[in-house]
Amino acid sequence: MITLSDYLIVSAILFCLSLAGIFLNRKNVIILLMSIELMLLSVNINFVAFSAFMGDIAGQVFVFFILTVAAAEAAIGLAILVVLYRSKQSINVDDMDSMKG
Amino acid sequence: MNDFELPNFALALPEMFLLGMTCLVLIVDLFLNEKNRVFTYLLAQLTLLGAVVITYYQAGIVSEISFTGSFIRDEMGDILKIFIYIITAVVFLYSRDYLRDRQQFKGEFYALGLFGVLGMMIMVSAHSFLTIYLGLELLSLSLYTMVALNRDSEASAEAAMKYFVLGAIASGMLLYGMSMIYGATGSLDIAEIGSYINENGISEDGKINIVLSFGLVFIVVGLAFKLGAVPFHMWVPDIYEGAQTPVTLYLGAAPKLAAFAMIMRILVEGMQPLVADWQMMLTALAVLSLAVGNIIAIAQTNMKRMLAYSTISHVGFLLLGIIAGNEDGYSASMFYVLIYALTSIGAFGMIILLSRSGFEADKLEDFKGLNERSRWYAFMMLLIMFSMAGVPPTVGFFAKLWVIKAVLDVDMAWLAISAVLFSVIGAYYYIRIIKLMYFDKAVDKAPIKAAVDMQFVISTNGLLMLVLGLFPGALVAVCQSVIN
Repeated sequence: MITLSDYLIVSAILFCLSLAGIFLNRKNVIILLMSIELMLLSVNINFVAFSAFMGDIAGQVFVFFILTVAAAEAAIGLAILVVLYRSKQSINVDDMDSMKG
Repeated sequence: MNDFELPNFALALPEMFLLGMTCLVLIVDLFLNEKNRVFTYLLAQLTLLGAVVITYYQAGIVSEISFTGSFIRDEMGDILKIFIYIITAVVFLYSRDYLRDRQQFKGEFYALGLFGVLGMMIMVSAHSFLTIYLGLELLSLSLYTMVALNRDSEASAEAAMKYFVLGAIASGMLLYGMSMIYGATGSLDIAEIGSYINENGISEDGKINIVLSFGLVFIVVGLAFKLGAVPFHMWVPDIYEGAQTPVTLYLGAAPKLAAFAMIMRILVEGMQPLVADWQMMLTALAVLSLAVGNIIAIAQTNMKRMLAYSTISHVGFLLLGIIAGNEDGYSASMFYVLIYALTSIGAFGMIILLSRSGFEADKLEDFKGLNERSRWYAFMMLLIMFSMAGVPPTVGFFAKLWVIKAVLDVDMAWLAISAVLFSVIGAYYYIRIIKLMYFDKAVDKAPIKAAVDMQFVISTNGLLMLVLGLFPGALVAVCQSVIN
């Protein structure tokens, strides 16, 4: 029997992985975008698990909204990436250091 | 099974009007050529004016909830919305000539700006986690795109990418917190969460439910990211500097009002019983914001970057009022955020005023000898800087005084003292600008040109600092009555 806490642990692990992916990654901006998606998906697991175990449908409705917004967010993220690549000719995270202070 | 109840659509009339008009702006803009682009601008201003009228006529004392508990119309929301419209209208006005001089006068700026306003309105009127999240994302997605709007600038693209990544982390944190709170309370509705926590959140020996406090931490981190409070502030200076000045102007002012509303809805209405816990977290954020914001701002030579650090310190003050944890504190905080938004559009408006085609007045030395070039605008900048520093009789002094008094009333004297100390440190870099304007020789002697409406509005904006400082009574009364 899979319990609620198993789901929560999986989602917590995914959430930590995505945070690590964002902060440790020094190479490619696309990996950042993937980590962001992973973060939202881990939240979705949380919502679905709570919703299923409590028998309350609202959490699953929320998940649909998160999925939709995540798609829009990914589209905007990739669009910004294209603009960035055009002006910098690079998508290396280490190159994003033109502003300091 | 619940019966389906038809929502009271009339409550969301301002939102629906704004959405319809924004779509109209998008379509009308397609059929205009470069010469007639000013119609897009006029239509956008008309939209904001219409929204002010609708919100004003709809305003009432009783708060109403509809859309099965996910939407609320109350006095606080009405006041914040009206301020959001007015501030955005002023932002559009300040940026018009600036954008036209740089061949950036595009319909997208106005359409995205209006969508952002819609997002802020939804945040202000949200009454469930779902609507808060949707409003926040509508605002954030518009802001990411607006920062990237200046496609030829490397700094803008970099700023947009940084903003996007950090904004997405903030949303992720907030969502993770929301999912935990949902798990602990079984509801997304803020009123239901509030009553659940009131009854079951704290056990008899004073311990709070572990899932609840876990969720609270993530929510506070998410809010701090969005507000730009230290230690989650690293995006603020880069975005302020990298974005075009009109976009900085837009994202520095009105979204702060929406963020204030979000804090009020989530922490105060939803989690009032946990006040002791979030008070502690906010205290750390506030003290760090005041310290880092005021001290690092001294070292800046770029005006926009300096104002970004000043924003961080003002966020510290905004949090102080909420830390007080009573109605007086919330009213003080609301007054502070309204005044801050008015002051910051004035400061960025001056940068726009001094800039001209091919020249960006965003360095501190660009303000040198402003008094020789124009006595009147130097005086306006003096009022704005005094208000930011909190020098009487400008309104900034009164706003700071009220917040500090609210903190003192709940016996947190050390917090009040540190707030005063850091404001004194902060006063140095505001007054340095006044020194540059009045006592240094002008490097750049070009005459200051501006359209008549811009001259009028920026003068009103500057004088408002003085007038509100001398007669703050009306606005104070409004802030007090809407919070009670």
